[in-house]
Amino acid sequence: MSKIKPSKGAPYARIMGVGGYRPTRVVPNEVILEKIDSSDEWIRSRSGIATRHWASDEETVAAMSIEASGKAIADAGITAEQIGAVVVSTVSHFQQTPAIATYIADQLGTDKAAAFDISAGCAGFGYGLTLAKGMVVEGSAEHVLVIGVERLSDLTDLEDRATAFLFGDGAGAVVVGPATEPAIGPTVWGSEGDKSDTIKQTVAWNDFRLGDVSKLPLDSKGDVKFPAITQEGQAVFRWAVFEMAKVAQNALDAAGITPDDLDVFIPHQANMRIIDSMVKTLKLPEHVTVARDIETTGNTSAASIPLAMERLLATGEAKSGDTALVIGFGAGLVYAATVVTLP
Amino acid sequence: MAATQEEIVAGLAEIVNEIAGIPVEDVQLDKSFTDDLDVDSLSMVEVVVAAEERFDVKIPDEDVKNLKTVGDATDYIQKHQG
Repeated sequence: MSKIKPSKGAPYARIMGVGGYRPTRVVPNEVILEKIDSSDEWIRSRSGIATRHWASDEETVAAMSIEASGKAIADAGITAEQIGAVVVSTVSHFQQTPAIATYIADQLGTDKAAAFDISAGCAGFGYGLTLAKGMVVEGSAEHVLVIGVERLSDLTDLEDRATAFLFGDGAGAVVVGPATEPAIGPTVWGSEGDKSDTIKQTVAWNDFRLGDVSKLPLDSKGDVKFPAITQEGQAVFRWAVFEMAKVAQNALDAAGITPDDLDVFIPHQANMRIIDSMVKTLKLPEHVTVARDIETTGNTSAASIPLAMERLLATGEAKSGDTALVIGFGAGLVYAATVVTLP
Repeated sequence: MAATQEEIVAGLAEIVNEIAGIPVEDVQLDKSFTDDLDVDSLSMVEVVVAAEERFDVKIPDEDVKNLKTVGDATDYIQKHQG
């Protein structure tokens, strides 16, 4: 048997830079209320959302990703040629083949970086971060670009009063690279496929293509509705608040961090009520800065954590070197939590 | 020992007071959580989880929607408590 030379990676990995892109168009609740019987007060009290960004035709998944990535690469102080892999997490890029990651890697000017897409819903950023850390430490890439990007406005049923106000568009990216000490803790992650029905696309693409009107949801004009994301609100809320608080606590324990050691909490921006209840259930001390980007960004699935991270650093609410707990959770159901040092 | 109806109502009143800020004396058997007590669907989930812990009972998601009034919840807890 021939001896295979082992790969050689960095001792540890860290987030070196972060960048975000929010579409130009800001959509207030008044616009949402044109299609549903609700009120600004109701939307704010159930979700904490006042405005969200919706992408224009030009603000494609690729275009938003490239903008966010350019900022993340600059923030990391590296060049695109130094990126060895590009991981894109999205559920709203409507061309499945080829992966959008390859186009993004090329447009950014990487040197033939490995590139692929993943589908892990609102946990996508944590899944991507975990893969990136593994690549850096294992040695298959020195720097990895992780992008969370969504155009959820394309998958929103504007006549569904339970979800029409919820979703937004945007992209967030981080560069993960080598570190001399641990700066990304162990990931606590998993899936609960027995709850796969609680958050899902209303109609599978193939059923939509077959076009059997008797089996498809219709809008108020009698036209077949485009597939959208739907959820069982109460079941998701219970799982997110109470089960995810345990996962978040496990991630703290795995990293050897107590809530007192924590500077920042960046949960997936699913709903302000979930965020507030998680903070209460986790008994986070007052000094912990909590990301509440959802108020002006809505739920942007895989993009929400890096977008919130970027904003906290940009506004000075959080600073480089802070210890942050990040947790993503969503359709699958899937989840991923870890403790990181902010770039 | 299983809680009595009176104890359950008193316990629910404390829970609803803590979660939704509703005065304890307003929480009575015939009161609807959403219409009378202004407990919205998400707060209802928090009430249910707190009730599960307090009364050692499991209330699955599919049963939560049937708990319209304080009386519904009290009956459910009495029937299912461990």
